[in-house]
Amino acid sequence: MQFERRDAPFISPTSDVGSIMRHVLYALIPAALAYVWFFGPGFVLNLIIAGIFSVLGEATMLHLRGKPVDSTLADYSALVTAVLLAFAMPALTPWWVTATAALFGIVFAKHLYGGLGYNLFNPAMAGYVMALVAFPMHMNLWTAPRMGDIDYQLLTFAETAQFTFTGTFPDYLSFDAISRATPLDVVKAGLNNMQTFDELRAYPIMGDFGGRGWEWIGNFIAIGGFWLLLKKIIRWQIPLGVLAGILIPSGLMYFLVPGVNPSPGFHLFTGGTILCAFFIATDPVSAATSNKGRLFYGFGIGFLIYAIREWGSYADGVAFAVLLMNMAVPAIDYVTRPRIVGHVKTQNGDGG
Amino acid sequence: MSTPAATYDLGKLYGGLRLPAEKTVSTSLEIQRIPVPDQLVLPLAQHAGEPAHPVVGIGEYVLKGQLLAEPYGSLSAPVHASSSGKVVAIESWPVSRRFGENAPCIVIECDGDDTPVAPSKDMAPYNSLPPNALLKRILQGGIVGLGGAVFPTGQKLMQATTMPLEYLILNGVECEPYISCDDMLMREQAAEVLGGAQILMHALALDACYVVVESDKPDAIMAIGEALAELGDERIVLKQVPTIYPSGGEDQLVQLVTNREVPSGGLPTDVGCVVQNVGTSAAIYRWICEGEPLISRVTTVTGPGVRSPMNVMARIGTTIADVVSFAGGYNEEAEQLIIGGPMCGKSVTTDRVPLVKATNCVLVLTEKPVYGNEQPCIRCGECALVCPIQLLPQQLYWYACADNESKLRTYGLTDCIECGCCDLVCPSHIPLTSDFRNAKARFQELADEKARAERARLRFESRNERIANEQQQRERELDEQKAAAKKAGPSAIDEILNRRKNKQQNKDDE
Repeated sequence: MQFERRDAPFISPTSDVGSIMRHVLYALIPAALAYVWFFGPGFVLNLIIAGIFSVLGEATMLHLRGKPVDSTLADYSALVTAVLLAFAMPALTPWWVTATAALFGIVFAKHLYGGLGYNLFNPAMAGYVMALVAFPMHMNLWTAPRMGDIDYQLLTFAETAQFTFTGTFPDYLSFDAISRATPLDVVKAGLNNMQTFDELRAYPIMGDFGGRGWEWIGNFIAIGGFWLLLKKIIRWQIPLGVLAGILIPSGLMYFLVPGVNPSPGFHLFTGGTILCAFFIATDPVSAATSNKGRLFYGFGIGFLIYAIREWGSYADGVAFAVLLMNMAVPAIDYVTRPRIVGHVKTQNGDGG
Repeated sequence: MSTPAATYDLGKLYGGLRLPAEKTVSTSLEIQRIPVPDQLVLPLAQHAGEPAHPVVGIGEYVLKGQLLAEPYGSLSAPVHASSSGKVVAIESWPVSRRFGENAPCIVIECDGDDTPVAPSKDMAPYNSLPPNALLKRILQGGIVGLGGAVFPTGQKLMQATTMPLEYLILNGVECEPYISCDDMLMREQAAEVLGGAQILMHALALDACYVVVESDKPDAIMAIGEALAELGDERIVLKQVPTIYPSGGEDQLVQLVTNREVPSGGLPTDVGCVVQNVGTSAAIYRWICEGEPLISRVTTVTGPGVRSPMNVMARIGTTIADVVSFAGGYNEEAEQLIIGGPMCGKSVTTDRVPLVKATNCVLVLTEKPVYGNEQPCIRCGECALVCPIQLLPQQLYWYACADNESKLRTYGLTDCIECGCCDLVCPSHIPLTSDFRNAKARFQELADEKARAERARLRFESRNERIANEQQQRERELDEQKAAAKKAGPSAIDEILNRRKNKQQNKDDE
């Protein structure tokens, strides 16, 4: 009898890229629902716009590069980029800003580097930073979070859609009544104005630890993150690194110089910290690849987030921190190679 | 009755995988003896080194156990006839080897009588022999490592005696899925296995031996435990290890049992250990105590493509076709024939290949291999988590694609044991092990090419030197002639000139 020839091993792998990315998408569902609950339907619109343009950009680039379109779209990586971008964008963002960010992320940060697996930078963060730098005026329109004790105004889907697509509100809505500074902005401005952190904590937009609403979204993101850890889609090194990188310096500053520094809890539960720890920094393509390297990589991101919030001019620093550490990845990978079994120490010699 | 002597005092093993065992399908029956086949095909190279040299001719009648080919070179082992019959051919035949598809084989047409050679006279008890003589005797039995590496056991032991040794380790781990031949051997022939251990300890002047068995073989553990109790040899200790692939790799086993790492490029003897497969141990016992050379072995015939999976005692040289048909034959879904296990085995295109000393498993799979769905590496690092050598397969893959030789060396390509763990966890379905195997082959080619170029250079240089020497020689002779002519005076010079002129004329006339 004749048989076909093949190389060992003869057992098929059990996971695939598509299922990993799908798990990431599922894990973000609770947080997405919380986001809509607290900040209104803007998130849904951002998600739809980012999704359409990401997938369109991906398909076009694949076609231009002569790669299979259908099978590659099935890896869901473009959708993950779109979802992360939607989480990062303010709830009220003109459609063309979101679209440009999505296209920039997919076309420039991903495909011009060779597509999935070859991109040096996290596409979602590259797109976000591009929008933040190019269109700063359109990137800070946050609505007030849903809460009981101040006059928040939750927008309807129609009102949000009108703003997203035309840039204007219906006449009966005033811009000032809707938009709010984010807790990070408030704290940054307040501390610069010699207010103490405890005074700022009393503001109605503040919650128990971080910003109201934000901290709940953070909790739901963390639930998804823990689920991914359980499913072994992500490993613990990067989340731990990020959280340690932000909690250690902020904790030290909070306890050593009290009053003028936000608490570690505030850092943790405000802005994009938890999303970054579990979903953004853990993008394997642009992250360090050895276990030890991932701890360093995560810690670097966490510390840079803290540094930018504390000393930088932007209120939050997640995107910048991620991109900066993306650049450091090749070096981190090189210096954190594990010792090969049977060798006394890590092999040296750069060679080529 | 509780499981005896369960020892979990273990060293650190990195990575590895818990694989579906798939072993029980082949362990419900006792080991079945395959009757003498019509034809036996015995490759001359069933061991790591050079092929053995035949000592029988075509048409010659041979007896069971008779020497057919004697070792040639330092890593070679003899080949014996597995049954009696007539040598009908010594020719190229399809075989399952790491490299190459065909190899010279001795083909015997069996007469079915199975007449053995007269038993050897020097059947002195092993412990009356000095270790050196015992080692020589083991060498003559055609015994090679039955775990798959087929390094001639005699040479392996001789090398070992040059090192300071502490432990003999009998490998009964058998960590690959589907394979159960060592399990069954330990269940049914535990006494032989331990007898072999005693012989080995005597030959190596050792007094400590671990018999290491994976925890998923409770019956084997029980059998070894009982045999051990009966034997009452306190030097031998049964050690149970958790079921993790690839803990049965030689270096991994040493690491697990002694917590010592075999140095890169080294051998277990570098850390005082000699590892032998339990099957090899039993084969040594049969050769030394019963005079039967290595002419048969236990092999697992299994997989979803075989009708009645089982373990068989088959003569070396039985074709795989005969082995499979003994196990009920292929079923309709049979797609792929593999010699060895599903992780490290080798697929063959035809079942005409013979069962050899290394064949621990004949696996028939039904799943059609899926080609061409390889996706780009997303650097998830799962491969690095399971690598037992702590390599970074994702980085190695990158450098293998770029054919970057020096980076591949820095990242330890040559340390890769090709266990296949990284392939199994890769979400991008990249055939990493296969890529690494190819990269290693390119290394070898490169080295060969270098050696060839070096040889050519030496040849060229020596040719130039030779030409220069000849030139000098000629000039010296000419000078001598001139000097001689001068000495002889003008008449001699005239004579020479005349001779030359005549010669010239003769040439012109022609």
